[in-house]
Amino acid sequence: MYETIYHRPSSIDEAAALFAKNEDGKYLAGGHTLIPVMKSRLAAPSNVIDIGRIPALIGIEAAGGTLMIKAATTYYDIMSSTQVKQSIPAIARLTSMLGDPQVRARGTIGGSIANNDPAADFPAAVLALGATIRTNKRDIAADDFFKGIFTTALQDGELITAVLFPLAAKAGYSKFRHPASRFALTGVFVAQSKGGDVRAVATGASQSGVMRVGEIEKALKANWSAAALDSVKISPDGLLEDIHGTAEYRANLVKVMAQRAVESAE
Amino acid sequence: MKADGIGARLARKEDKRFITGKGRYVDDVRVHGMTYAHFVRSPHAHARVKGIDISEAMGRPGVLAVLTGRELVDDKIGNLICGWMVHSKDGSPMKMGAWPAMAPETVRFVGQAVAVVIGETRNQARDGAEAVIVDYEVLPAAADIKAAIAPGAPQLHPEAAGNAVFNWSIGDDKAVDAAMSKAAHKVTFELENNRLIPNAMEPRAALAEYNEAEEHFTLHTTSQNPHVARLVLSAFYNIAQEHKLRVIAPDVGGGFGSKIFIYPEEMVALWASKKVGRPVKWTSDRTEAFLTDAHGRDHLTKATMAFDANHKILALRVDTHANFGAYMSLFSSSVPTYLYATLLSGQYNIPNIYAEVTGVYTNTAPIDAYRGAGRPEASYLLERLIETAARTFKVDPAELRRKNFITSFPHQTPVIMAYDIGDFNASLDAALKEIDYAGFPARKEKAKKEGKLRGIGFSCYIEACGIAPSKAVGSLGAGVGLWESAEVRVNPVGTIEVLTGSHSHGQGHETTFAQVVADRLGIPANQIQIVHGDTDKVQFGMGTYGSRSGAVGISAIVKAMEKVEAKAKKIAAHQLEASESDIVIENGTFKVTGTDRLMPLASVALAAYTGHNLPDGMEPGLKEGAFYDPTNFTFPSGTYVCEVDVDAATGKTSFVDFVAVDDFGRLINPMIVEGQVHGGLVQGIGQALLERAVYDNSGQLVTASYMDYAMPRAEDVPSFKLQHTTTLCPGNPLGIKGCGEAGAIGAPAAVINAITDAIGNNSLEMPATPDRVWHAIQSGRA
Repeated sequence: MYETIYHRPSSIDEAAALFAKNEDGKYLAGGHTLIPVMKSRLAAPSNVIDIGRIPALIGIEAAGGTLMIKAATTYYDIMSSTQVKQSIPAIARLTSMLGDPQVRARGTIGGSIANNDPAADFPAAVLALGATIRTNKRDIAADDFFKGIFTTALQDGELITAVLFPLAAKAGYSKFRHPASRFALTGVFVAQSKGGDVRAVATGASQSGVMRVGEIEKALKANWSAAALDSVKISPDGLLEDIHGTAEYRANLVKVMAQRAVESAE
Repeated sequence: MKADGIGARLARKEDKRFITGKGRYVDDVRVHGMTYAHFVRSPHAHARVKGIDISEAMGRPGVLAVLTGRELVDDKIGNLICGWMVHSKDGSPMKMGAWPAMAPETVRFVGQAVAVVIGETRNQARDGAEAVIVDYEVLPAAADIKAAIAPGAPQLHPEAAGNAVFNWSIGDDKAVDAAMSKAAHKVTFELENNRLIPNAMEPRAALAEYNEAEEHFTLHTTSQNPHVARLVLSAFYNIAQEHKLRVIAPDVGGGFGSKIFIYPEEMVALWASKKVGRPVKWTSDRTEAFLTDAHGRDHLTKATMAFDANHKILALRVDTHANFGAYMSLFSSSVPTYLYATLLSGQYNIPNIYAEVTGVYTNTAPIDAYRGAGRPEASYLLERLIETAARTFKVDPAELRRKNFITSFPHQTPVIMAYDIGDFNASLDAALKEIDYAGFPARKEKAKKEGKLRGIGFSCYIEACGIAPSKAVGSLGAGVGLWESAEVRVNPVGTIEVLTGSHSHGQGHETTFAQVVADRLGIPANQIQIVHGDTDKVQFGMGTYGSRSGAVGISAIVKAMEKVEAKAKKIAAHQLEASESDIVIENGTFKVTGTDRLMPLASVALAAYTGHNLPDGMEPGLKEGAFYDPTNFTFPSGTYVCEVDVDAATGKTSFVDFVAVDDFGRLINPMIVEGQVHGGLVQGIGQALLERAVYDNSGQLVTASYMDYAMPRAEDVPSFKLQHTTTLCPGNPLGIKGCGEAGAIGAPAAVINAITDAIGNNSLEMPATPDRVWHAIQSGRA
């Protein structure tokens, strides 16, 4: 790791001011992406601004048909939250399957979404549930937020403060783990909104990151059941291919994980 | 059985320090004035080094020196050696290219060192290394066996035309031809044995100190065999004289073979400590470990097995290409030859065997011994072949094996090995019973109703351990003898130090070796200290690999103990005024048999050191040494059976049951043996399901981190059911065979045989990833 200056602001405004003031600054939340790349000298921010302990960024609230999870809330706190389990149990389930106990103790929802790793779990939930990403500047709809792998609508220095999930009629998540990294080789989040809209979002599978799967959404809208997907055929075009899985295999997993997500949906 | 003796499940003495973080590894050692080395490594798989500009690096803060391969040449530092000569079938010696510790002219794999920066701190050395500018002329690379042997392939070394190191053979070609021509059935099989990266928990490290006034070096290093390291470093590399070099291998966190070898980094650290005049430490990071630790396996093989009309095996023909990487590592040449093809008879009576092995250079990291070393490759090939034959003949795979088992011993195979003892039916029977083989069809049917594909797979392995009779290995080309040494020092108060030439890096020697001594004298194991891993303390020894420390290392201790006991009996007889032949050793005392007259060990020891009243002419003291050279290899064997379920929708395999029945001869500490088997099985399952080192066509290592190299985790393996059947090895005093590698040798075939049984498609390579299994299911359906 190269030398860097570490800051620990106590408010959102202070964090934003530090970012504005220092050239080449980076926000640090759980640190699961930033610290490893810094250690391997692939990133060298001159200033690291630790937002993981800002009180205004931590907490979970469920009210008025919305579940709000603040950005620096850890996975452990999310999966253990009674409010999460009661309002959108699929989010608790997704979080409990994420990484390992060490990762869950440090990682945050905001960090996951801001990083937008193509194999991250939370972007799938955010997009499938039609959540709203609240930042220190504005609210952004999930549909407008994810812009391709490791790319989002966030502007330079813009900080996610919370994610607002509308409660769903039904939601489920199922993933197949990558044999080495144990990230999602393919994960699928399915959700049926209270208005009857159906979304199915795959992570880990596509070359362009988290993606809605139209064929599955169509079939599930007609018939919300795993069996409804039996005849669905997913095209391998545009899917990732590497030593752990061909595009064809990932296409199969998109369907199978969608079926299992439907079965687990509540 | 005595509480601390042979057969006791004694808790490991060493674990207190390991599990409380009190182990002392090389990187824990700090000395005054210590500097740090960081290597500049090639990003190219094959390139000419046109120039190295060190000027900017030398100006960086804290940089003390930048040394290159050119200076190694100037200082006449020797190239790395391969210590086992193998001859091609035409009689010519293997064709080795030079391997300088840092490349002065040509780099041949990604990660090969071209220069080293010595800095005041780790970070400063690394900053300096980033400022070294190397001018490379990139050359075409051959990244795997097929690419290296293709016509017009890039040539790695001028010495080895067509990148062939040797074309070696064993057995009788014509006899195999004759037997094949009469065969009723032939089964042909092609397979790849996947390349593995060892991944010891502790990466390699070295701390080198040079004392100018004494002209003496001290090297702390992660070695499985510190004396061999000292011998090689002094005899071949022109850095230090043997008596002016102390090598210490303190606590070492796993080796699996990868820490047998002498690597460039340790050599360079030693050399640099004299050049810089300061102690130099180098600690590998995990990326360097992936890139530069000797890898394992990597074979391409075609084999044909011939049977008569009654399904008795008539002959076996094997043609293997073995990857050696870019350079011949220390014992690499022996692995796909004498440690592989000599085991091709397996547990079976095969009258005719012929094998040809072509060693191939590629632009990849060197390949050498890794847990099992040649024997997993042999066992996997045979057990896949015989399973395939059973499926072809539509006969029970267990019964086809049984029909061909060797049942009378000693048995001379056509490939050098003479099996001394074994009972293959006993281990097969025990395994069939434990897994309830008779109930399998019903279980398969039930699983099918639940939507799962159930399969069962066997592996009946044999291996050669107790490596090895020095004369035998000498005649086969080994540059060293493979005996072991021990010294037993009884202190004046009756406590004991045992100095062993074996080295423990996870095996639990400090416990098992003490148990052997405790058993003989009837004293508690905590009265005995095992000393190992320091050339200044311990007499020359050969170290630990090839499951040899029990069969060879303990045998040396037994031999030294016999001498100690004989002298102690003489002293006791003299003082107790009895006949020496009447003295028996019981519960830590020397007793006149049939009487209550006795001397405690402590009194005998004290008498030996006071010298006040010893038999006439006896030297004082109670300390004896011994060297033990084995009379034969030992032959652990066993049957592994596993039952799996495959999820047809995803191709994911999960274990229903895994039974391992081993015959290791005498067990000193069954708990430690079980631990060794567990570890071996997990590595074997790792090879079967998860692990694979992959280079892309340009020679870049794709699997250079745990993000892509899949290591087995606790959730990937079942709870194993272990059993032992026992035939005592007749070749050593305690009847020990060795247990360190068995799991890694036997497990892969059992797993793949089970999966292919489940999916009904025999065409499946390791690792059987869900992706591959799913594709195999699809193509089986097509």
